[in-house]
Amino acid sequence: MAEYMRSHMIADAQSGYCPGCLHALATRLVSDVIEELGQADNSLNVISVGCSALNILYWNGDFLSVAHGRAPAAATGVKRTNPERLVFAYQGDGDLAAIGLAEIMSAANRGENFTVIFANNQTYGMTGGQMAPTTLLGQKTTTTVYGRDAETTGYPMKMCELISTLEAPVFVARYALNSPKGIRDARAGIKKAFEYQLAGKGFTFVELLTNCPTNWKLSPLQTLEYMNTNTIPYFKPGVYKDKEAENV
Amino acid sequence: MRSMGERKLIVLVEINKRLCKDCGYCMHFCPKKILAESKERNSRGYFYPELTDPDACISCGICATVCPEGAIELPPKGED
Ligand SMILES: Cc1ncc(C[n+]2csc(CCOP(=O)(O)OP(=O)(O)O)c2C)c(N)n1
Ligand code: SF4
Ligand code: SF4
Repeated sequence: MAEYMRSHMIADAQSGYCPGCLHALATRLVSDVIEELGQADNSLNVISVGCSALNILYWNGDFLSVAHGRAPAAATGVKRTNPERLVFAYQGDGDLAAIGLAEIMSAANRGENFTVIFANNQTYGMTGGQMAPTTLLGQKTTTTVYGRDAETTGYPMKMCELISTLEAPVFVARYALNSPKGIRDARAGIKKAFEYQLAGKGFTFVELLTNCPTNWKLSPLQTLEYMNTNTIPYFKPGVYKDKEAENV
Repeated sequence: MRSMGERKLIVLVEINKRLCKDCGYCMHFCPKKILAESKERNSRGYFYPELTDPDACISCGICATVCPEGAIELPPKGED
């Protein structure tokens, strides 16, 4: 039942996120799993740039705040020099799939032994809702005011699918945080990724489909429905790669 | 099998209204529909959920699972 208790990895205070923002839920899941694995004093949160970074306002563990998109490069350095540490990068989709595309692909391809938690809300939340590489076709943002058009801006980038084509990654999975089942599956996925890392197995990647009520201009509950009808059919949840399971 | 009477003894949902931001997720997903918005506001100005019928709670933990803020807890039995 510890599953239903607030972890001590986050301070006893409201988060800095907007009401209903699933970044807060993702942060809580990560904090729960770290505590459950007894890694509270051994974890290192490598923080990206964006609303994704707001978890530093109430994160009780160690963290390192790095330049936009560079979290996988910084995590590579700390993990190689502190191999016993549980190291994870927490990145948004602008940070990971736009400015940081080279860093994530290179770290994944090298099979670095850390975990990336990728919060995909299909927009640049912090800067006011611009298009991200993951923005859905037809989705209105401040830079695609008539809806994203593939003709001029290409197609939403599927990071799990891309990363799972690389040889080195050991675990690549996507979960949707808009239902109790999705949340509980995500928790189990994060746990598996951290366990693989602690066992020294290699690069693990967990994508969490999240929302941005403020910039999607929907109520929190409306965002969950929007995710059901728009996000999930395109970004399909599932385990894209699990090398350990293949070896069984 | 436990009787329904015994089961009710494990109802221990704790709502920390101070942490709530009134997103509505807990009230929406509660399978028994026994969480309702308060009339009062918390210190940050948000309405928060209140348990309307504690006896009907089945301790499923769904409200705790979906709360982004971790404002709802279900302490393990005997640890409140
Ligand atoms: C080098 C650099 N370029 C641009 C910015 C401006 N900037 C801050 S956050 C951000 C995008 C964040 O979007 P995302 O990673 O999707 O995170 P979210 O806010 O949605 O959680 C940008 C472009 C910056 N801080 N640094
Ligand atoms: S702007 Fe969007 S991503 Fe940022 S905290 Fe608010 S809801 Fe979350
Ligand atoms: S899910 Fe949490 S933050 Fe949202 S209304 Fe319920 S108690 Fe408040």
